[in-house]
Amino acid sequence: MNEHPESSAPKSERKIIVEPGVERGIAKLTPEKIEKTIRAVLSAEAGARFKTYIDTCVHCGLCSDACHFFLSHDRDPLFAPAAKLKQTIWEIVKKDGKVDEDFLRKAVEVAHSECNLCRRCSMYCPFGIDIAYMVMMMRRIVHKLGLTPQNMQDTAHSHSATYNQMWVKEDEWIDALHWQEDEAREEFPGLRIPIEKEGSDIFYSVIAPEPKFRAQLLYQAAAIFHAAGANWTMPATPGWDNSDICMFTGDHEMMGRLKKVHFETALRLKAKRIVTGECGHAFRSVYDMGNRWLGYKMPPIPVVHAVEYYHELFEQGKIKVKNKYKKPVTFHDPCNISRGMGLHDKAREVVRATCETFIEMEPNREHNYCCSAGGGVINCGAPYKIKRVEGNSIKADQMKAVAAKGAQVVIAPCHNCHGGLEDIHESYGVHMEIKFLSDIIYEVMEKPGQE
Amino acid sequence: MHSLYYLVSGPLVWVSIALFLGGIIYRVVSMAKLARKKDIFVYEYWSPYYALRSILHWIVPFGSVNMRKRPVMTVVTFLFHICLLALPLFVFAHVILVKESWDVSWITLPETASDLMTIIVIGACAFFVGRRLFVPEVKFLTSPSDFLVLAIVATPFISGFWTYHQFAGYKAAAIVHMLSGEIMLAAIPFTRLSHMIFFPFTRGYMGSEFGAVKHARDW
Repeated sequence: MNEHPESSAPKSERKIIVEPGVERGIAKLTPEKIEKTIRAVLSAEAGARFKTYIDTCVHCGLCSDACHFFLSHDRDPLFAPAAKLKQTIWEIVKKDGKVDEDFLRKAVEVAHSECNLCRRCSMYCPFGIDIAYMVMMMRRIVHKLGLTPQNMQDTAHSHSATYNQMWVKEDEWIDALHWQEDEAREEFPGLRIPIEKEGSDIFYSVIAPEPKFRAQLLYQAAAIFHAAGANWTMPATPGWDNSDICMFTGDHEMMGRLKKVHFETALRLKAKRIVTGECGHAFRSVYDMGNRWLGYKMPPIPVVHAVEYYHELFEQGKIKVKNKYKKPVTFHDPCNISRGMGLHDKAREVVRATCETFIEMEPNREHNYCCSAGGGVINCGAPYKIKRVEGNSIKADQMKAVAAKGAQVVIAPCHNCHGGLEDIHESYGVHMEIKFLSDIIYEVMEKPGQE
Repeated sequence: MHSLYYLVSGPLVWVSIALFLGGIIYRVVSMAKLARKKDIFVYEYWSPYYALRSILHWIVPFGSVNMRKRPVMTVVTFLFHICLLALPLFVFAHVILVKESWDVSWITLPETASDLMTIIVIGACAFFVGRRLFVPEVKFLTSPSDFLVLAIVATPFISGFWTYHQFAGYKAAAIVHMLSGEIMLAAIPFTRLSHMIFFPFTRGYMGSEFGAVKHARDW
C-alpha cells in the first residue's frame, strides 16, 4: 500500500497489531461494501474543508516537529502528521474507496493509535491545515465500516446504552453521590451534594470514571462548592456524564445524542450554566464538536471548565488559601483546554495562588506535548498500550527535565492526561506525583467550620 | 520559430491569464459554495480579526514558533516567495513590454537585483528538491507531482536568466521562458500551486477557530 520510494523507507518496519474487534469487523467486509461505505462518507460528509486541505498541502513536512509520536520515534517519517494522512485518507481519496483489508488494518492502527487529535500540528503547518480533522474523517470511515478497536467500541456502546461511558447504572450514580456526601459531612457538617435542584447557578457534570473509581474527586468538588458557598446541583438522571468517546470513534450521531441529553438535562433543571469537571475531551465535546453537530454555534447554555471556574473563585475571593502547597509543582497543559480553550494562563494563576513554588516545563501552554492518552487512544486499550507509551518518550524527557529543575508534583487538570502521564512516569522512571487542580485546592483551602 | 514566437508572446499570454484569473475565481467560488452547503460553521466562526491575526503571524518571517525552529527553511522560503512574486511584476523587461503595449509603467528593479533574485529563486528550488530527496519526513510525503510542480516554477526563471544573459541559444530560451511562464500561471489554480489561493482561507479559518472560539494562539 505504501507507495513511497524505497530510499525513504521508515526506520522501523510496521508490525500491524492484531486486534480482535478490528479482525471481526474485517471478516464481515466485502470489497463492494468497503467501496460503497467509503464513497458514501466522502460524498456526504467530505466538504470544502476536506477538499481544500487535500489540495493545499504542499507535502513540505513542516508539521513533523509538532508530533510527539514523530519526535519519540527518532524522527521516523511514518509518524509525521502529514504522513499519517498519506497512509490513510489521501490513499482512500486517490483510490476512491477501492482499498483492501490490509490497507484498512493499517489505517485503523494509524488513525486510532498514532494520533491523539491534539491539534499541535495545526500550529506547525504554515497553512493551518486541521490534520486532526482529517484523521477524524478516517476514524469516521472506520466506524462506518465497523472496524473500531473493541475496547473503544465497548465504551461507545456504554454511551449508547447508558449515556455514560462506564456502564454506571442510574442507582449507582445516585448512590455514589450520596456516599460522597455522607463521607464529606463528617468533615463539613452542613455540606450537601444537591441532586435535581431546579434553578441553580451551576449544573456540575463529570465523567463516569469519577463515580466509578475516582469518587474522591466528587468529594473534593463538593468541598470546594461548599467552601465557596456555591448554588449548584447534579442531576439524578442520565445526562450527568459529559464525556464522549463516540466523538473519537467517529460515531457523530451518538455524539449528538450524548450532548443533547447533557444540555437538555441542564436546561430541564433550569441551571444558569454548566461547569464541567477536570476533563479535557469532555470539554471539547461539549464546547467544540458536540454542539456543532447539533447545530449550535455555541453551547445552548454557557459551559465553563473547572479550571476557569476555580480561577473565578480565586478572583472573587470566594476560596481562601490557608497554607500554600509546599512541594514544588509544575503544570501540564491538556490540549483540549489549552489549544481548545486558552485556559493556560488562568490555570497558572490558580497554581500560583495555591502553590509556593511553580516551575514551568518546556514547552508549555499551547505548545505543550500531548500526554499520548487523549483522542481516544487510551480507550483503545491494552493491545495498543506499549505503542502509546513508546510513542511519547519525548514527554518523559520533558518531565525529567522539569523534575531536574526541582518539580515534585505535576498538576494536570484532565483525566486522560492522568492516565497517560501515569503510564509515562511508570515506564520511563519519572518520579513525580500527578495531581488534579482540585486535589491541590482542597488541600490548601480554608475549610468552613474548621480552625 | 517566428510563428511559435508570436503564438507564445501573443495569444497564449491571454489564454494563460484567462486560465489564471478564471481558475482562481472558479476555485474560490466552488470552495465557497461547497462550504456553504457542507461546512456552514466555517462562515459562522470566521472572524476577520482573528483570521488576519493568524495570517500576519504566518506571513512575517519568524512570526511563528515553527519558523524560529527552522531558521534556514524560513529564510529560504521567504526569500523564495518574495522573489517569485516580485520579479515577474517588477523586472525591467516585463515592465517595458507593458509600456510598449499600453503606455503604462511602474517602478522597475535594478538589473543586478533582478539577477540576484532570479538566482535566489533557482537556488531555492534546488533547496526544495534537496529536501524532497534527502530529508526523510519530506521524502516520505513526496510524490512525482511535487517535482513536476517545482519544475514548473523553476523553468521560467532559468530560461529568463538564460535569455537575459544571451547565453547560447537564447532565442529558443526566450520562447521556453514565455511558454513556461504561461504554463506556471495557468497551473496555479489547478495544481498544488493553488496553495497561493487557499492560504488566506485555510490559515484564516484556523486563526478564527483558535482565536475567536478557543481563545488560543495558532503560531
